[in-house]
Amino acid sequence: MGDHHHGPAQGLSRWLFTTNHKDIGTMYLWFSFAMFLLGGFFAMIIRAELFQPGMQLVDPAFFNQMTTLHGLIMVFGAIMPSFVGLANWLIPMMIGAPDMALPRMNNWSFWILPPTFLLLASTLFMEGGAPAFGWTFYAPLSTTYAPPSVTFFIFSVHVLGLSSIMGSINIIATVMNMRAPGMTYMKMPLFVWTWLITAFLLVAVMPVLAGAVTMMLMDIHFGTSFFSAAGGGDPVLFQHVFWFFGHPEVYIIILPAFGVVSQIIPAFSRKPLFGYDSMVYATASIAFLSFIVWAHHMYTVGMPIAGELFFMYATMLIAVPTGVKVFNWITTMWRGALTFETPMLFCIGFLVLFTIGGFTGLMLSIAPADFQYHDSYFVVAHFHYVMVAGAVFSMTAAIYYWLPKWCGRMYNEAMGKTHFWISFIGFNVTFFPQHFVGLAGMPRRIPDYALQFTDFNMMSSIGAFIYGASQILFLYNVIATIVSGKPISDEKVWEGAEGLEWTVATPAPYHTFETPPKIDPAHAHS
Amino acid sequence: MWFEAKRLLKLALGPVLMLTSAAAMAAGTEVSQVNMSPGVTEVGQQIYDLHMIILGICTIIGIGVFGVMFYSIIYHRKSRGFTPATFHESTKVEILWTVVPFIILIGMAVPATSTLVALYDVEDAELDVLITGYQWKWKYEYLDESGENVSFFSNLRTPQSEIYNAEEKGEHYLLEVDEPLVLPVDTKVRLLVTANDVLHSWWVPQLAVKKDAIPGFINETWTKATEPGIYRGQCAELCGKDHGFMPIVVNVVSKEEYAQWLDTKQAEAAEIKELMAKTFTLDEQMERGKAVYTQSCLACHGANGEGGVGTAIAGSPIATGELAGHLDVGINGVPGTAMQAFGGQLNDVDMAAVITYQRNAFNNNMGDLVQPIDVYNHKKGQ
Amino acid sequence: MIRVNANPAIDTTIKLVGVAVVMFAFVFVVMVPLYDVLCDALGINGKTSGEAYTAVQAGVDESREITIQFVATNNEGMPWEFRPQSTMINVHPGAVNDTVFYARNPLPEAMVAQAIPSVSPSRAAEYFHKTECFCFNQQPLEGLSDVQMPLQFIVDQDLPSDIKTITLSYTIFDVTEMVNGAVAVR
Repeated sequence: MGDHHHGPAQGLSRWLFTTNHKDIGTMYLWFSFAMFLLGGFFAMIIRAELFQPGMQLVDPAFFNQMTTLHGLIMVFGAIMPSFVGLANWLIPMMIGAPDMALPRMNNWSFWILPPTFLLLASTLFMEGGAPAFGWTFYAPLSTTYAPPSVTFFIFSVHVLGLSSIMGSINIIATVMNMRAPGMTYMKMPLFVWTWLITAFLLVAVMPVLAGAVTMMLMDIHFGTSFFSAAGGGDPVLFQHVFWFFGHPEVYIIILPAFGVVSQIIPAFSRKPLFGYDSMVYATASIAFLSFIVWAHHMYTVGMPIAGELFFMYATMLIAVPTGVKVFNWITTMWRGALTFETPMLFCIGFLVLFTIGGFTGLMLSIAPADFQYHDSYFVVAHFHYVMVAGAVFSMTAAIYYWLPKWCGRMYNEAMGKTHFWISFIGFNVTFFPQHFVGLAGMPRRIPDYALQFTDFNMMSSIGAFIYGASQILFLYNVIATIVSGKPISDEKVWEGAEGLEWTVATPAPYHTFETPPKIDPAHAHS
Repeated sequence: MWFEAKRLLKLALGPVLMLTSAAAMAAGTEVSQVNMSPGVTEVGQQIYDLHMIILGICTIIGIGVFGVMFYSIIYHRKSRGFTPATFHESTKVEILWTVVPFIILIGMAVPATSTLVALYDVEDAELDVLITGYQWKWKYEYLDESGENVSFFSNLRTPQSEIYNAEEKGEHYLLEVDEPLVLPVDTKVRLLVTANDVLHSWWVPQLAVKKDAIPGFINETWTKATEPGIYRGQCAELCGKDHGFMPIVVNVVSKEEYAQWLDTKQAEAAEIKELMAKTFTLDEQMERGKAVYTQSCLACHGANGEGGVGTAIAGSPIATGELAGHLDVGINGVPGTAMQAFGGQLNDVDMAAVITYQRNAFNNNMGDLVQPIDVYNHKKGQ
Repeated sequence: MIRVNANPAIDTTIKLVGVAVVMFAFVFVVMVPLYDVLCDALGINGKTSGEAYTAVQAGVDESREITIQFVATNNEGMPWEFRPQSTMINVHPGAVNDTVFYARNPLPEAMVAQAIPSVSPSRAAEYFHKTECFCFNQQPLEGLSDVQMPLQFIVDQDLPSDIKTITLSYTIFDVTEMVNGAVAVR
């Protein structure tokens, strides 16, 4: 490693000033894992308080701060940066580029994140406490009735939005301009495709989020009334603007996960992806539909019936391309030669649980039924099935799959499989019962509940502790691999793995593809 | 390593097994509800049917999809020496799995649309009730032609001592209020929903009603309960600290009982008007004040004014200080604390009585006698 | 000579930054005004037009009677006494109707209020025309004084036939600080 004129610098400055996509990818991944543990810690506090009825550990105001920060940190601090980290590591290697197109901007887009989240977490110690209005920060609870720390929250959202936009611009610029000769668009690995589409979504909607928080800032400090009826505004406008960002955001989180799964399932099925083209088109259709379904988060807000019907039909339509994806993955497995290493286990876990999350999503799209589901624990269960079992499981699969390539050492397979089974069981014990309490009438975001919800909440809390503990095992396994895993040197770590990243040396050298690789024109996409 | 993993697995699975058995034991006495309830309205039944149909369709699709997947997982293993096929892309299959789901979706959209239309039909209501969400309570106002609207607040009745585990929790823990909304059975009731401060959402699962309350604007919905009974719900939109502590209780009664109840309420309102002009003796005020205290103050300030969640009233500088200051705290509350503004919740008669009580009970012995007119004047002049 | 950027990635970046800036502007320039337009047109939240109605009515439809309910709500922190003079009246579509809301400022200092109208069912909002309304302007009121605030309205003859009751709600907000702060109100 680093045997000629531009190996990595030594010490802290390597990380502070690096423009190397692998270094930056590594930092993104470690940062997001730290945030995952922090957000998870908040979740543990939430579940501990909800273990039994009555207030035991925290007061209701602090409970609201926990739910708010848990959501914000998991979405913006853990899941999104983790996929950006993965993109940094993999996209240049997958398309045969020496680095990202804009390496210096890459450095900035990472380094503005840690101080931002430090600031966001520090609001916990401010007077009036941290933001306590939910990660969706509906006005006027987040404007007229917000704690003073809301200004810092707004600043944080601005900065992390900026980071995301810079990161996405970099990814688009890389994919559009840095592909090796012969790497046509329809030859790109699906992970690159899904990220390209995700990056376009980000560039389109992160500014909308910035607009929403800017309006909040103006309402709070400059006397405007965008969201206050008193001055001619409307609190419901906030929800429209937020979800115009928020719904594409959901797909921003899940599309790269689709990409990961589309890389890993073929590898362990030893069979090419069934329908590459239809996967690309399905991804694009999901991205398009994500712009016209936002108000399905607002069925109970009192829209005209024509609006409700439009958003219901459009939302139901999403089931079609999503179904295409699930069918594709399963047909890829069909008559393959399957093996079940840890990455594959996590992908199968993803497939089963994400599909369940998709079904509950379809149920939620039915407007009249949503009048009963809305803002209940059924919704909480639904989005954890797609966010945790969707995004987080696929991310975990990605780490197990590519980590040996990155560090040249193999992880402990038995420990990996154990991690999977504990996660899988812990996850389901946590979130499956939440469907039940939701249908039975338990609203979300409450610190205490009526006695009939006790059994399932207790179960849910125990599952959460199990799932939380399993992440420590994961952390241990990753560190043990990097420090003392069994060294490997095969370029192709996995028998069935396809793609340019598996053609470079193992561990992946600090610089790869300084001269573009030759792409076999007949070679199928991976 | 494998041993370690096995041990870990055991350790992790232990609680799960314990839990399942514990849950089974708990279930022996009382089965927790796992599904949506059809409730007591026609629309609720329609929604329930819709929910079950779609759940059924999803289950069937799920069994099919997972069936194929698990077949593959079991039979198409490398360890069984299975050689991978090389097929990919089939336009026929791909068109099929695009078109079939689309048709299924249309099948779902039809009943969904008709149910939604029913849900939106607020016309021909026989009774109109205005529901206003407050941090953290509900106000109900019956709109009446005579102009004498009956209106009252509905507060959580569960005492703090139950919430903070000092006392055994009651059967309807967190789902009980001091004064429920009373509605007549078999009557279409139009519900107008609005809010006083932040967003709230009025949700009673059994009545199949959930509607957001938005400050400045009114939303409409309706319900028609077909069975008398007590139905409980909660605020469904995060509205700040005590979002979890503003339940809804609806008491659906026969039409006769409802008429009777309404008469009583109207008589009460008229009585209050009369009492406003009356001058009370200290004993009368103490008696009335004690009742009001028990209902509105005791939970936080204790049976003997010793304090609890709230400050002590016995010997407090407010209750033994200037009367105007005491009235001010009672009427306007103390911002930033749990002490709410009771000026809009208690009528002037009750306010005068409870202030009198607080100033004379618990050895405060101030000798002050507060009349309704004093409260009225204080409010006017504040 | 055509100037060719040495690094095509810079071109891509400039375009994408453009997209981001346009999307940020889109929120303010398109979404906010469009929402207001849609609210007016569709009666979202039961919003009615903020300007006096001036069109000429064809005539009064004596055969139909619509019940109009009036509701008054004080927003949090608004100490005024505020109520409709009559809570319910019956009107004919096309006829000009007058009513009055009563307001009293119980505080010694002058205050400014803004009343926000909302109509239920929201479908009826576009057929509910106000020719004169206290909600069109902010209402200043001296301390310890009261006022009768007029409302004049016409229910459109095209009101869908299934609508028989219309509720008009006013929520009154304290905007004293907003006005005295001399900051622009949108």
